[in-house]
Amino acid sequence: MVPFTRRTFLGSLAASAIAPAAAAPAVLTRPIPSTGEAMPLVGLGSWITFNVGNDPVARASCTDVMRAFFAAGGRMIDSSPMYGSSQPVIGEGLKKIGATNVFSADKVWISSGTRGPAQIEASRAYWGVPKFDLLQVHNLLAWEEHLPALFAMKAAGRLRYVGITTSEGRRHGDFEKIMRAHPLDFVQLSYNILDREAEQRILPLARERRIAVIINRPFREGDLIKRIARKPLPLFAAEIGATSWAQLILKFIISHPAVTCVIPATTRVDHVRENVGAARDPLPDMAMRARIVQYVEKL
Amino acid sequence: MSEWWTYSLTNFLLFSPRTYYRLFELTNADIWPLQLVTLALGLTIAFFMMRSQAWSGRAIAAILAALWLFVAWTYFLERYDTINWAARYFAIAFVLQAALLVWTGVIRNRLGFDPPPRWIGLALFLYALAIHPLIAPLAGRPITQAEIFGLAPDPTALATLGILLAAARPPPHLFAIPVLWCLITGLTLWTMESPEAPVAPLFALLTVAVAISEALAARRKMR
Repeated sequence: MVPFTRRTFLGSLAASAIAPAAAAPAVLTRPIPSTGEAMPLVGLGSWITFNVGNDPVARASCTDVMRAFFAAGGRMIDSSPMYGSSQPVIGEGLKKIGATNVFSADKVWISSGTRGPAQIEASRAYWGVPKFDLLQVHNLLAWEEHLPALFAMKAAGRLRYVGITTSEGRRHGDFEKIMRAHPLDFVQLSYNILDREAEQRILPLARERRIAVIINRPFREGDLIKRIARKPLPLFAAEIGATSWAQLILKFIISHPAVTCVIPATTRVDHVRENVGAARDPLPDMAMRARIVQYVEKL
Repeated sequence: MSEWWTYSLTNFLLFSPRTYYRLFELTNADIWPLQLVTLALGLTIAFFMMRSQAWSGRAIAAILAALWLFVAWTYFLERYDTINWAARYFAIAFVLQAALLVWTGVIRNRLGFDPPPRWIGLALFLYALAIHPLIAPLAGRPITQAEIFGLAPDPTALATLGILLAAARPPPHLFAIPVLWCLITGLTLWTMESPEAPVAPLFALLTVAVAISEALAARRKMR
């Protein structure tokens, strides 16, 4: 495994680049290891927030969030068939915005391997994209059957990247085994200031295996923000350009060199701008990361 | 589902409270002024319970069955199903309750009322009809999000429990689905940290306790 040392840390920060965007402020990117494609460090999740059914007002709000996300320089939007109406809501937003730069990340989530292709096709139709950039096996459900099918799609040119997901620290043992045994492009898992188990094995393994890492639930579905929102933002937050707790939390996550993209979910335009704004220099160095952990753990 | 013990109820909540309560607002807007019709049907049921006739039980069961079907269609399938894949199973349960009401109450005429109806049942029914819709404004939400008898599942289930408590020798199997729904909705609201979360489960437990004690008392009398 590649140890997480000051040297590797500085090296990975150097690998991060500022991606110029024509109509948006520049955000930091990190390369997807398997191809070198630059990925903005902050993406957009859709768990709960985009599951608004056929509510026209809420759907319009979601479109506004997506519009602000792209305008700020974001690319990756992540969803799943498990997320209720999130997929059609995303599709409607993409169509209204006319977005061409989206990095579409979705999942297959069905216990039957034979029904996987039909679910994927339904998801693609909801999104309204010609093909997905990334498909992941959601929570490792029936991964033995789905992974070969996803690799076959990739080989046939009907998919660009293949991945697996877990959340809240579940099945990390199985996760590791699959990461070692299969040529994955992406893994997705939970990681934040208080939940750092992934630092021990999964994140170093991802670096060693040259697998991109997506981080979900950066705010513990809002609980982390609720818990610390009333506490004062530490003065040292200004040193890394963090103007809010959300930015401090996100900067902590994306400053880990194994992380390719974090996908906070939100229903608010100001929050999505704030989130993408975290992907700007400066990012915390190792000493600052330690200070952040120490400060938050004492709250 | 592996490592099931690591999951909490919040892991199964697919939507935000704001989205959940908007469902009622959208339903209310869609079907207006049917609210007036369901409330009128509720008052009719109360009247039938108070002035019981031989056909009252049949009429009440028929009205209730129609409203359970209506909730299954307009709320669960048209609305809730768009944010929760479990809604279709709830719809099936509501259709089943409608079928049970038709079979037991309309066809077999087993839902009878001895005047005066038991006050506790009548009180619970009137709560579901008149007080429960006020929870929305009392909790700081707009009145347009009011949950109304015959249109929303919670007041419909609570009103049904009230009717069963008010009835003479109510068939036990008619309690099952309304009680189960009250527990499910309580868990959903509790997960959403809604202040009214205990309301439906408490009324359901009260109903079960009263129904059991009355059944035991009736059995003692028969001895």
